[in-house]
Amino acid sequence: MMKQIIAGLGLAALLPALALAECAEVSQGDLSIRAAWSRATIGTARPAVFYVTIQNNGSTDDRLTGIETSVAGMPMLHETVMTDGVASMPHATAIDIPAGETVSLAPGGFHGMLMDLEEELKEGESFPVALQFEKAGEVSIDTEVLPIRAREAACGATP
Amino acid sequence: MRRHTLILGGTGLFAALGFMLTLGAWQSGDLPWQEKTTSSAARIRAADLGAMTWQLTSHEGAPVNPQDWLGQANLVFFGFTWCPDVCPMTLLNISDWLEELGPDADRLAVHLVTVDPERDIPEVLADYLSNFNPRIAGLTGTPVEVARAVAAFGVTYRRVPREDGDYTMDHTSGVFVFGPDGRLSRMIDLHEKPQAAVPKIRQALNQEE
Repeated sequence: MMKQIIAGLGLAALLPALALAECAEVSQGDLSIRAAWSRATIGTARPAVFYVTIQNNGSTDDRLTGIETSVAGMPMLHETVMTDGVASMPHATAIDIPAGETVSLAPGGFHGMLMDLEEELKEGESFPVALQFEKAGEVSIDTEVLPIRAREAACGATP
Repeated sequence: MRRHTLILGGTGLFAALGFMLTLGAWQSGDLPWQEKTTSSAARIRAADLGAMTWQLTSHEGAPVNPQDWLGQANLVFFGFTWCPDVCPMTLLNISDWLEELGPDADRLAVHLVTVDPERDIPEVLADYLSNFNPRIAGLTGTPVEVARAVAAFGVTYRRVPREDGDYTMDHTSGVFVFGPDGRLSRMIDLHEKPQAAVPKIRQALNQEE
């Protein structure tokens, strides 16, 4: 009995660690892509957001040139830019992924904007996003839909 | 042929003159948009709730005047619920500050003024804000009412059409911190850490009326 309780406690302690480690990671060529997440939406009228972390393990620079997903008719790369205290969100034609560096699409900076949503993004669900790289080609990753209040990937963006 | 050269030469001279004049105006900060930027910053610094006369409608449908806010510290920020990145981030930051303030947050009112009144009607604001800290109230109005209120804060906003016919809004993103006397105490920028933001709010809370 005591043994079972101890085993149970051990398992309970392990569970959060497991949940944290459960971060989908996809590698292709020199790139490792992980921690893809989005926020739940209210209906389909508002654009959704897409965040991800891209690590370039190679010795040549690459560029993220676009994203595609079945959940949105018009997914685009954007950057939040501050000019004299005014926030604007220009379209980013490409995002540099320099050799040996890790680039994050994260709140307040680069982000994917999923416009013309086909369906409401519900917390707990996930959807695939295909990232197009100049050199590594197309890489698809499962994107977790987190609560509307989420501010970072549930699994932690840093390894 | 000769006449042609003369006309071309004349055009070139005018173009060069125009360029030099523009360059001069740019260097001295006399161009209309430069002037707007400086006066906007000056107007933000001078923001005074007691001197404002706008009227807006809360997310619950109630009329709101700036005078209603006097006698308590206020946080005011501008955004729109169609905004996917900056606005959720600001709302989440403010939620963190409110948590950090603990019981002192009871003496503070927090207002999101939409810069997109066309889409952000009271019901839409209420629905959206129900996902965040319940202390955060929403304000909207007719486009004219919103323009008047926003201008009183020295805030700038601009409708930016999108390729698919939809639109997004550029807007001033800082959070205004007003003391109980209605005067602007401090501004908090988008990327400020809670360790920097919370003392600014406490300073406003502790000001004499």
